[in-house]
Amino acid sequence: MSEIIKIKKGLLIKLQGEADRTVSELRSTKYALKPTDFIGVFPKLKVKEGDKVKAGSPVFFDKYRENIQFTSPVSGTITEIKRGAKRVLLEIRIEADDKNEYVDFGAANPISLNREAITEKLLQSGLWSCIRQRPYSTIADPTQNPKAIFISGFDNGPLAVDYDFILHGKGEVFQAGLNALAKLSSGKLHLNLHALDTQTRVLLNAKNVEINLFKGKYPASLVGTQIAALDPINKGEVVWTVNVQDVLIIGNLFLKGHYDADKLFAIAGSEVLKPHYVKAKKGVCIQELISGNVSKKNNRYISGNPLTGTKIESNGYLSYYHNQLSVIPEGDHSQFIGWITPNLNKFSFYRSLFSWFTPNKTYQLDTNLNGGVRAFVMTGQFEKVFPFDIYPMQLIKAILSRDIDAMENLGIYEIDAEDFALIEFISTSKIEIQSVVADGLEFLRKEMS
Amino acid sequence: MKALRNYIDKIKPNVEEGGKFHYLRSTFEAFETFLFVPRTVTKKGSHIRDAIDLKRTMFMVVIALIPALLFGMWNVGYQHNLSIGVDATLMSNFFYGFWLVVPIIIVSYVVGLGTEFVFAQIRGHEVNEGFLVSGFLIPLIVPVTTPLWMVAVATIFAVIIGKEVFGGTGMNIMNPALIARAFLFFAYPSNMSGDKVWIADKADAFSGATPLGQLMTATDKIELPSVADAFFGFIPGSVGETSTFAILLGAIILLWTGIASWRVMFSVFVGGFAMGLLFNAVGANHYMNDVPAYYHLILGGFAFGAVFMATDPVSAAQTNTGKYIYGLLIGIMAVLIRVLNPAYPEGMMLAILLLNVFAPLIDHYVVQANIKRRIKRAKLIAVNH
Repeated sequence: MSEIIKIKKGLLIKLQGEADRTVSELRSTKYALKPTDFIGVFPKLKVKEGDKVKAGSPVFFDKYRENIQFTSPVSGTITEIKRGAKRVLLEIRIEADDKNEYVDFGAANPISLNREAITEKLLQSGLWSCIRQRPYSTIADPTQNPKAIFISGFDNGPLAVDYDFILHGKGEVFQAGLNALAKLSSGKLHLNLHALDTQTRVLLNAKNVEINLFKGKYPASLVGTQIAALDPINKGEVVWTVNVQDVLIIGNLFLKGHYDADKLFAIAGSEVLKPHYVKAKKGVCIQELISGNVSKKNNRYISGNPLTGTKIESNGYLSYYHNQLSVIPEGDHSQFIGWITPNLNKFSFYRSLFSWFTPNKTYQLDTNLNGGVRAFVMTGQFEKVFPFDIYPMQLIKAILSRDIDAMENLGIYEIDAEDFALIEFISTSKIEIQSVVADGLEFLRKEMS
Repeated sequence: MKALRNYIDKIKPNVEEGGKFHYLRSTFEAFETFLFVPRTVTKKGSHIRDAIDLKRTMFMVVIALIPALLFGMWNVGYQHNLSIGVDATLMSNFFYGFWLVVPIIIVSYVVGLGTEFVFAQIRGHEVNEGFLVSGFLIPLIVPVTTPLWMVAVATIFAVIIGKEVFGGTGMNIMNPALIARAFLFFAYPSNMSGDKVWIADKADAFSGATPLGQLMTATDKIELPSVADAFFGFIPGSVGETSTFAILLGAIILLWTGIASWRVMFSVFVGGFAMGLLFNAVGANHYMNDVPAYYHLILGGFAFGAVFMATDPVSAAQTNTGKYIYGLLIGIMAVLIRVLNPAYPEGMMLAILLLNVFAPLIDHYVVQANIKRRIKRAKLIAVNH
């Protein structure tokens, strides 16, 4: 174990409604796969409405990389294929039956398998989609040998899940997943933990990995921050990232031989009556999760956390890579001369307001923009919450002007949209910076391919 | 407030697309968002947002300017009464200045905001808050005797040529308020310099030159104001610039809220002081010999420029390293111009405008260093493999 890496820049946003460490189990009948969760995937269906599927049966695949496929988390029936404008595939809805049938991919100890066998099993089961690459955050290319693989073992974002709690008693499964991933790269498999908060032996005593200890405010837990601190990505290099809960799912694939889509989700936020953890399968519909457990206000449902998550409807489905459902009030009300009132109930990074007086207070924040969209005026603010050796404002401007040389020079390969979430939060100009970055990355990916 | 909200909601359809007064949309929006922070919600990305916005930010700067304004009003009265030899009370000094300065503020705001509204209207943009500060700065950096029509002309020039031609707030290259000052300085020099303009309704026998003005023309040792007079501002000068003390009160607000960059502010003072020391060491003439370096920081517009002008985030350098260089050069140039240029007693305005132009270049080189570091890192790894 090496020295502790301190992330000095960042911001902790304390929201009301953090999940209690209790678990309820939800066996819903409604699930969906959302092709829009996967950046750069052009979905081609393998099923039609009315087809029967087992857990692990392929549902769709990527037109341009046919071996990358996406499989059903449950056994049941394809009930609806929902398309949007220009026939874009939005959701493939699946109604679960109570048979719990699995496709058998065969149990095997990853230590005794070679790289090809592990890759093959992950591709067949559809679980290769759990492995994403940087740059671009697309699904990894199975033929590539990444420089390193990174797993963030803690999350200190708003209302985040506690991986210590999730991993409790799952040491064997987690280690099996790590053993499989370790075979996929000739470089290091990094497991990044919090120097103080990570307590569980599942993480601290994990084998076959390089353990790195971090300290600091959010975004210290974002894998992008950790990559930048440990081994920043240069042009032409590729690293892979995997979420902790997906390591468990991969571990179960090797231990049990089938796709076990169970995850622990945090149901959190100020509008949740009893914030807690729910055991459910990937892609679960939130309707049953929230029924009777949220306030009767006009609420925003977010798959993921309030900084980086995706807005979904009250009968929407949790996204593939997300670990939490956040429920916060909509802010669709105007406030009389709100730009000058003290706003003691609002949170701010700046000392122009008063939240710095009460560093331990938790806030009930809504979705109001708290102002109008303006040109960039203030400078030097973004740098305070952006722990990269990158000039954020200059990079954003290079992206806006679609200047590929400038983007590369300023470090676009090192970042992902979520790394700009805090910048977007604190921006005085209220510009949608994560969208700008995501669009820029997509533009670059298309230009480069 | 509910009634007001309802009234606004009632008349709003008239200015929306297809409404009777749709061409007034920007103006309506400006007033609406002034009264109410809009109900706009986030769509994607970060669903929650900081409570800060540009209106609050700009308003904090206005608050920071208030000590300098209040002192300036008093000093206008004080200098006037001093010149005619009347011993007036605090309040009568203040109100003498108040009635002279308030019209300048009104003209600056009405004319400037009017121009902004017209431009926003033509472009279909929202009205930007930038002028809330510019409009407050302009009255503070002109002599109190400036005719109101000149203030109006200069303000229009500053808003159009200094800002709107570049695309509005956030896009301009130079500080709009200083553009207004420079416009007046070069277009109407007799109203902007000399010893007649700094004191309102001055007695003819009384010398009304600023200390810097006296220094420029002096061929012999001159009597400088005491440090206390210069620091607290009991000297003639533009309305808001004389009291370093009042300005520093504003600086505390700006630094505490983090709105102004301490890097810029600090390095302007360091640059000016260092240049002053250098001239003291050279000591080639009276000016260099007799003016201690710290006098440069408390005389003229140096402190006002360092605290309120150089720190304008749009026209300053944007990188943290660049801010140090930018500030240092402003301080150095300001004192350089004061001491060596025989035509201009005050160098702060020109120093800031000059460095406004060079700020993007400074940033360019700072960013290049980051780019080189990144390329070097990539090469190092390529070699090791």
